[in-house]
Order: sequence, then structure tokens, then C-alpha cells
Amino acid sequence: MNSAILEERQEQVIRKAEGTAVKVSCDKDSAAGAISQRACVFCGSRVVLYPIADALHLVHGPIGCAVYTWDIRGALSSGPELHRLSFSTDIQEKDVIFGGETKLYNALIELIERHKPKAAFVYSTCIVGIIGDDLEAVCKKVTEATGVTAIPVQSEGFKGNKRAGYTAACNAMFRLVGSGDTADIPVKSINILGDFNLAGEIWMIRELYEKIGITVVANITGDGRVDDIRRCHGASLNVVQCSGATMHLANMMKKEYGIPSIRVSYFGIEDMADSIYAVADFFQDKEMKRKAREVVRQELSEIYPRLQEYKRALQGKKAAIYVGGAFKAFSLVKAFRLLGMNVVMVGSQTGTESEYRELQEITDEGTIIADDSNPLELSSFLKEKDVDIFVGGVKERPIAYKLGVAFCDHNHERKEALAGFKGMLNFAREVYSSVLSPVWQFMPRKYKNQESRND
Amino acid sequence: MTKHIKTPGKGSNYISTTNACKLCKPMGATLAFRGIEGAMPFLHGSQGCATYMRRYIISHFNEPMDIASSSLGEKNAIFGGGPNLKEGLKNVTAKFYPQLIGIATTCLTETIGDDLPMILHEYKSSTADDGSQPLLVPVSTPSYSGTHMEGFHAAVRAVINALADKTTDIKAGGINILPGFVSPADIRHLKEIALDCTIKATILPDISETLDGPALAESELIPHGGTPIADIKEMAHATATLEFGSTIADELSGGVLLSEKFSVPCHKLPVPIGISASDQFFSTITTLTKSPTPAKYLEERGRLIDSLADGHKYIFGKKAVVYGEEDLVVALTAFLTEIGIKPVLCASGGKSGKLKTAIQTACKNALDEETEIHEGTDFYEMAELVAGLSPDLLIGHSKGYQLARKLQIPIIRVGFPIHDRLGGQRILHIGYRGAQNLFDTLVNAVLTKKQDDSPVGYSYM
Repeated sequence: MNSAILEERQEQVIRKAEGTAVKVSCDKDSAAGAISQRACVFCGSRVVLYPIADALHLVHGPIGCAVYTWDIRGALSSGPELHRLSFSTDIQEKDVIFGGETKLYNALIELIERHKPKAAFVYSTCIVGIIGDDLEAVCKKVTEATGVTAIPVQSEGFKGNKRAGYTAACNAMFRLVGSGDTADIPVKSINILGDFNLAGEIWMIRELYEKIGITVVANITGDGRVDDIRRCHGASLNVVQCSGATMHLANMMKKEYGIPSIRVSYFGIEDMADSIYAVADFFQDKEMKRKAREVVRQELSEIYPRLQEYKRALQGKKAAIYVGGAFKAFSLVKAFRLLGMNVVMVGSQTGTESEYRELQEITDEGTIIADDSNPLELSSFLKEKDVDIFVGGVKERPIAYKLGVAFCDHNHERKEALAGFKGMLNFAREVYSSVLSPVWQFMPRKYKNQESRND
Repeated sequence: MTKHIKTPGKGSNYISTTNACKLCKPMGATLAFRGIEGAMPFLHGSQGCATYMRRYIISHFNEPMDIASSSLGEKNAIFGGGPNLKEGLKNVTAKFYPQLIGIATTCLTETIGDDLPMILHEYKSSTADDGSQPLLVPVSTPSYSGTHMEGFHAAVRAVINALADKTTDIKAGGINILPGFVSPADIRHLKEIALDCTIKATILPDISETLDGPALAESELIPHGGTPIADIKEMAHATATLEFGSTIADELSGGVLLSEKFSVPCHKLPVPIGISASDQFFSTITTLTKSPTPAKYLEERGRLIDSLADGHKYIFGKKAVVYGEEDLVVALTAFLTEIGIKPVLCASGGKSGKLKTAIQTACKNALDEETEIHEGTDFYEMAELVAGLSPDLLIGHSKGYQLARKLQIPIIRVGFPIHDRLGGQRILHIGYRGAQNLFDTLVNAVLTKKQDDSPVGYSYM
């Protein structure tokens, strides 16, 4: 038994054993005092809606919730950049006592007049859930007064985890869907769901789809636009990435408009290629399929030789993964394998039982699989497995660096595109640049290993 | 547009806040708790607060920053967070063996009305009374009032209130230093000064190692360093307290508490940034120790003054915007007026009601009447204000970068947070050495701008 793991978390950490799938306990509330890496409902909503660049994003709450999410993601826009500003009602004690509705109304009017957004998302926070401000009513009043659709996002922080926030964000977006004109949308059209255009990723992906003759109606939400979302029900297919941030929206669109969806991932060569083939298969178009093969061949021929160079350097190195959603972990496992590396630990904040089962299927014997882990456990895993590189987000980074372990940023604020074919090359370069750095020779961990070898 | 920009102290003219120049109260408390030896910061609220703050703090210090949370869910919000808080305390104790758990409340738990003292009393009654349990120090930090600085000071005061004790064995009286929220490099400098002046100083909090530690072979449950708890207990016996900061309310002041409760005289000093404020700091120490300032620091002062002569011309009359935490703004503004830079706008998201007076006092008569001083403001309003001021420099934390970029002027990064550069924790602000660092940085920023903008690209200054 690993002493870093709390008793009530023992079933949330397993080791892959050949032939037997063990149930990973998950989808539980974080244990109090465990220093979970998870965030809250508000965080889930905020990350999903954040990239909609021509909407006003007003956080109705105390200043913290807004200020900690100011310009937090590397979600690029090709036009307006309203999403990069941080708006708050900065609730004060008197608002808590007398209610914050008047302040919210006035703030919305002020900001809409100032910025002329295409729509306004109004995020609820913990405190609003307690004092009971009626966001629905305020938003209705504001919409009537300004003509700009104001939409409440039911993202009270304590009402679940990040996943609940995804659902709230999808519910908010769904209120826009169906209100735009779809007349000129061709049949061979899709919406891209669940890519957030970090470092321009959605632009690369759009280009690939356009190359095979597809029209992209709406990016949801990377480089997103309100008017595109209003008419996205005119697309023939929803192509959904990610563990489920936008799956709920796709499900609602299926029910309401009969639009089917497929799930894809744009990380790693295989998954990226499959994403293109899957769309071509859906439309049952020979010419499109031919173009898809051509595009994949072309892209691969550009990156493959260089990937092989990285592979030679990285062969046999050990990697650990800890990410938000487990879906991303699948692709990372495959991507590391492509580089000849061994994944010895993989975990996520919000994975589901079936996702953890699938992770067991694709990992090697002895691989640690963990749900809702924490710094204490992660440090112990890095040490136990003598990991060469850890991939995760901002909160995981110092865990690796403190122990002198290489790190790859796979977070929301990254500056390097990691999706798509070129993204795979960037990913390989990121891993290579960290693992092969000469600085690790000075780290106490390496000293110690050497000393023990010399003994 | 009808605006009242000439009424400083009134706070913003707007209802909404855009790009705030402040952080929330519990954040400050967690930072203060991180500076106590063996302490674990703990937030009583929903999981997101702890995670967001950790991420924000990690991005500045590039250090692990664990903050435990009671992770309240919907049921807890209705029926009370007591059980989760107790469970969390138990788990933190079992896994991290802390000496102290600093528990800060959040907007959620303040509003649902959790009675922390009562919950903690119940918790203590249910645990073994064999000395194995950590000290529990609660502090009320509702995020809907004040800023991270009020949270920081409230936590420091709460720790003193809970720990300082006159019944401990009386040791030789030391000096308490309450530095406020300065950098790890600043704290290291303070320790060096104390050592050189042969003062037994208790610096609370001390983040010099906990938030700027070495690479390790074994990860630590709680980073080493911080103010030892035994020393905090003895603060009651100190001969004096030095408290940095010009805008701290008495009810949040640890120095005032020590004075009222234990009759330890409190010397309130401005944050020792610049020459006069550093002089004041060293002369206070001299008075207390009855020994002259060590030659090492007089030499540092001498070199600083010498460099002012070397560099004064390049910055004279340059117009600067200073923003950030109120006490930092006060101290930096005073320093700028000492070296011939003209502060045109001094701004803070904080709202102590004391900013203007504090700046005027700190600058003596050196401040231009037109200098705009604004509390309770944000970056949106600052951008409007600077439009007519054509500043040459921005001085403050990294969140001013967008404004500097828009204005195409240099930004000199100081304070917290610095999210877009490496080494924010190693910036030295205080003492003659800190002033030297800031002066060189300021002059060189002006020279860089001039050189880059010049069609010639001169090779000499």
C-alpha cells in the first residue's frame, strides 16, 4: 500500500495487471483535505465558453472568480478579443445582504453599451447560488432593454465538479442554437465541437477538413462566434472532441434537430488521421475519401522523417500523464508510444469508469492508473517509476520540476499547438527539449541515483 | 462622458469591474500561512477556490503550493460545511503531519453561516489530546470584502493572536518584523540584515524558503522553512515590532495587536523601498539595538547614492504609472519621487481609504499636485486615466502588461503576480540593495527603449 494514498482513495488508484481489468472507482466527490487538482463547476463552464470571442463574459460574484480566469487560456481569436478581458460584478458585502440583482443589471447594461457584444454570458458563482439572485430574470430584462441576448450560466461552484460546469455551459450555448439563418449551409458541413483553438489548433484542423471539401459552420468554441453558434443546427454532423466538455451540446442537438455526432481526437497521428477519415466516411463520398487519404499522406510525409529523429533520442524513456479529462490521456498514451516511449502512469481529474477500463486496455502491465489524484500521490508515482517526463497542466509542473523531472505543458494556456499533424511534431519537440536538456544532470535526484549505483 | 477622475479615494466610477487590480481575500491568507513552519493552508469552501489560487500562486513562484480544501458540495452548502471541514482536517493531519493548519473561510462558508470556532471546538474535543494534533488557526476571509492584502494581514494577526503567549519561558527579547507581502528575496535580505545587526528577529511570515526552495531528491510533505511556531509564541516577549505598511487598518494589524495585548511597542514603517524609507528602517533598528548600522549597509547605501548620480539624467522627468497593492504603491511612489521620476498615476484595486494620505506623507512635499491617486480602481479605468497622461513607464505586477503593450512603453515588473517572466520570487525590492536593483532596472528600461527606438542604435549611454 502506497502511504501517500488516503484510505478513502485506495480504490481510485490501480495498477494495470495483464488479463484482468480492475474497476477504478471514480466520479466521486473529492475527498476533503486531499488537495485535489480539480476545480469547480464555474471553472468547467468558464473554460468551455471562454473562447467565444465576440461574447461578453460577465462573472457575477466576488472578484476572485473573475480575476483568476483573466486571459487564462491560450484560446486565440482571428477577430474580436472580448474574451480576453475579465468582467466582474465584484460582489460586496452589501450585495450579499441586499441581493446583487440590481448591480448585475446595471453592470450588464454598462458593459453591453460599452462593448456592443453579440451576446452576454452571465456566470453564476457559489455566493450567487446562496443569496439566490435570479439570473434568469435579470438576463431577460437586459435582453429586452438592449436587444443583446443575455444568457445565464448556472455555474455555482459548489454544485458538482468541472463536468457539471460543462453541462451548464452547453445548456447556455444551446439557447443560441436555432436562432440563426441556415439557408446557405451546404450538405457537406460540420461543426467542430470541443476544440478551443489553443495556440491556433482549430485553424489547422479546419484547414484539414476544408481540404477534403467540408464546410465548417461553427467552431465550438475555439475562435468561436455567437452568430455561428446560432446557425450551427444547419450542419449535417457534429464532430466532437474531448472527454465530454461539449458532448452534452451534441446530444441536445441530436434530440432537437436530429444532427448525428461522432467522437474524435486531434492529438497524435493516428487519432488525427482517424478524425479526417471518420468525417469522410460519414458523408460516404468517394472523392472526399480520396482527398482524405491524400491529405493524410501529404501531412505525414512532411512530419514523419523528423518524428523518427525524435524517436531515436526518446526511445525507452518513461512518461507519466495527468490531465483533466481521460479522453486526452488515450491520445497521449498513443503519442508517447509512437515516440518509442513507455507510459508508466496515467491519470485524470474527471475520468469515467469506462474510460479507465479503456486506459487499462491500452497501457502496459504495471502502469499506475489514478483518478482525481493529488500532489502527494503524483510525487510518489514519479519517484516510484523513475519517470523521465511528466505531462500535465500548470499545477502539475512544479511537482515534476521540484524533483528534477522533465515536463511537457499540455494545459489551457499553452503556446505551442499540440493538436493535428504539425501538433504531433511540436509535441515531440516539446518532449525532446525537456527530456534531453542537460540541466537534469545537476538535479539532486540524479546525484542520488548515481551515488547509489556507485555504492 | 461625465467622469469624476479628480476625486481620488472615491473608488471607481463604474458599476462593473474590468481586469481587476486586486485579488480575493482568502488568497492572501493562504500566502501568509505558507510562511509559517510546518503549516498547511486550508480553505473552507468549494474545491475551485483552492485550485484557482494554487494555480495563480504557482504561476508566479514556480513552486509547489498545496492548499487543502473542505471541498464543499451542494449538500454541505445546505446542511453546513462542518462535517467536511472536520474530515478535511483529519485527512490533512494524517497525510501531511502539519504543525499548524491555517483555515481561511470563503464567501460560500461565510454566507451559509458556518460557525468556525464551534466546529473547531467540536473537532478538537473529538481528537486525541496527546500533543500529536496540529494547532488550528481560523481566520475569517469573506471574498466579498477587501482584497488579498486584507486577507494576508488578517491571517498574520490571527496567527499571532492564537499563538503569541506571555506565559512561555522568557527569553532574551527579540524584535518582531511583520514585513507584509514581500518577495522571498526580500525576506532573505531582511534575515541577512537581522543577522548582521545581531538582532534576534522573528519575521512573520517567512516565505523565503517555502516559496523559493531548492530542487530536491525527495519531495517534502510541507516545504521546509517558514517562521518557527516557537518563535511566534515568543513574539509576546519582543522588545519591539516593526510593521511594514502605511495603509493597514488597526484591526488587521499584528503590530497593534502585540502592542495592545502584550505592550510590545509597534513601529509602523513604510515598506522600506528607496532611500528615505530604507534610512528610516535602518535608523529604527539602530535605535532599538543601540548599535550603529553595519558598515556593509552604509557601503551599499554609498554605492546606491553614487549610482543615482550616474543615472539620474536618463530618467529625470519621466512619467510613471504605479499600480498594485496599496502599500507597495505608496513605497514605490516615494522612491520614484526621490530619483526624479514623476508619478502621474498611482492606482490600486485596494480601498483602504488611506492611499492618498499615505502617499502624500511618504513623498513629503515631492509629489506633484496633479498626480492622480486612485483607490478601488481597475485596469479599464487606469487605461482611461492614462490616455491624457502620456506616461513613459509602467511599474507594477505583470497584469499591467496589456496596458504597457497598448501604450508601447516599458513595464518594470515588481511585486505579485509576475506570470509572464521567470524569477518573480527573486526580485529584491527592499533596503539599499533593493533600491539599487530597482534603480538599475528603471534606468536600463528607459535606455533600452531609447536605444531600440533610435534609428542610430548608439553603443554608449
